[in-house]
Amino acid sequence: MASHPFDNIDRSSSVSGPPSGGDYVLDRSFRGIAWFSAALILALVIYIVFEIGGKALPAISEYGLGFLTSTAWNAQAGQFGILPHIWGTLYSSLLALLLGGVFGIAIAIFLTQDFLHSQLAAVFRTIIELLAAIPSVVFGLWGIYVLIPLLRPVANWLHANFGGVPFFGTSLSGPGLAPAALVLAIMILPTVASISVDALRQIPYKVKEAAYGMGTTRWEAIVKVMLPTASSGILAALVLGFGRALGETMALAMLIGNSNQISLSLFAPANTLAALLASSFPEAKPVEVQALMYAALALLAITLIVNAAGLAVMKFATRKFEAER
Amino acid sequence: MSVPESVIASNLRDLASTPRALPNLNRAPLEIRALKSGFLTALTWIGALLASVPLFSVIYTLLVAGGSRLNWETLTALPPSAFDPGGGFGNAIVGTVVMVGIATLISVPLGILAAVYLAILDPDSRLAHTVRFLAKVLTGFPSILAGVFVYAVMVVTMKTYSALAGGVALAVLMLPTVVLAAEQAMAMVPKKMKDAAYGMGCTRTQVILKVVLPTGATGILTGVMLAIAGAAGNSAPLLFTALFSDYYLRSLTEPAASLAILIFNFSGMPYDNQIQLAWAASLVLVLIVLVFNVLARIIGRQKY
Repeated sequence: MASHPFDNIDRSSSVSGPPSGGDYVLDRSFRGIAWFSAALILALVIYIVFEIGGKALPAISEYGLGFLTSTAWNAQAGQFGILPHIWGTLYSSLLALLLGGVFGIAIAIFLTQDFLHSQLAAVFRTIIELLAAIPSVVFGLWGIYVLIPLLRPVANWLHANFGGVPFFGTSLSGPGLAPAALVLAIMILPTVASISVDALRQIPYKVKEAAYGMGTTRWEAIVKVMLPTASSGILAALVLGFGRALGETMALAMLIGNSNQISLSLFAPANTLAALLASSFPEAKPVEVQALMYAALALLAITLIVNAAGLAVMKFATRKFEAER
Repeated sequence: MSVPESVIASNLRDLASTPRALPNLNRAPLEIRALKSGFLTALTWIGALLASVPLFSVIYTLLVAGGSRLNWETLTALPPSAFDPGGGFGNAIVGTVVMVGIATLISVPLGILAAVYLAILDPDSRLAHTVRFLAKVLTGFPSILAGVFVYAVMVVTMKTYSALAGGVALAVLMLPTVVLAAEQAMAMVPKKMKDAAYGMGCTRTQVILKVVLPTGATGILTGVMLAIAGAAGNSAPLLFTALFSDYYLRSLTEPAASLAILIFNFSGMPYDNQIQLAWAASLVLVLIVLVFNVLARIIGRQKY
């Protein structure tokens, strides 16, 4: 005879009951620890800004805002200025954004607008995501030994024939802006593509159907309906991709040539803030470290502003669709 | 006011009987619009295929240039000095594993606890909103600044470059990835499961430890794997926290070698042997990163 499970319960100590004292303590302390961990992240960010800012303070008071507009970086003479680095950072990132943006959006369109069977699209998406997994130094190595030798004849031909155009004003002898920007474009492409894909996927299917129902060609549907509808998401993708490009370090330190000059030429060596930190920090004397901290603060400010702007645009983009549903 | 049905019917009859030019709904195949659409479609195809060329080129060069040099010696020996033949990067593999391990030990518990707060305990509090925003901002944080920060905090005070400092710098970079992935995984646990647990008389901690965390485990683990893959390949923050060392790691408070820094250092050297080693080290590094990426995909695909 099967006994009912409840028959075996020892009634003197019922399973039901209020939480024991131990449960209370555990509950309170666990929640406390979780709150503490979340607060720690907030504290960490404040501490990062505070620490870098604090270490840069002597340099800020000594060089003032002239640091941002001066072009000399000479540790022996105690002259420090980061205008060439700011220029190089922005110029290389803009070039990368131009290339990475065009290709990233093209890929997002390719993956979402029925160009491929959905399973093939998933495979292709994995390929693009793997591109994001390749470490920066490996891209740097590839840039030095594969990309630059490929690029050099093209660059030198352009310089020889169109040397009057400021973009081709110098020849490419080795490292320079063009290989750096190309590698940078490859590195931000997955970011731009995946956020744009998400933006295009958010559009309700009926929007596309309505466009086709009006007799548009595929391209008219994409350009006149899909892209404008996803525009704020794509804008966020571009801004966040730009943010990635600004802070990218190793590949640039290996490819850009670390030369503190301001030039429009795509084939001239240049420098960026991140590459300056990477190449000068390990051997810097205390005075130079202060100046480098100032440069780090400038980089921090630029990237924080760009990333916060990108996130704000993205939030706006998501909210727009949530309101419509 | 209503129109009599007979009037409507006669109007319709008139409409049907009058000969009218119907718009032509067929699109001529060589119409400008169609040509433009086809042209741009082709351009998109070319763009997409062109964008995957670098990946294949990188993988091809890695296999050819790195694979030829990969053997037991390269995986275990110490880096060679300038003109020496042979050598390897065993110490760099150990250093990378140790530092990523330290970073994981710090960032995963902290990240999951913070995510518990964000996802379950108080998702709409001001602290939660702030931390969520900061975590997102931190994912775009230049990795070299994590190195600058840890240099200022740890290297300067300890007066030495160390594996520990390298690990902490990587932890700063892993933290936001872990927090955001864990939060998302926990937020996806169905509300009725949590309600059922509360109904059984669980405390909030019991609900979290016995229901939410086990249910969200696969999502959390996916995030952790991706964070590890990212940290393993990241080198910028190690440049001036762990520096480099030509020997095997003996203590956590001394400079440590890592694959990424070895590649960086060797890439600029004018010796073929070192450059070959840099390629082989790249291959090993990419394999490590890919293993964790693939693990993340496999875990993420499982349904509970």
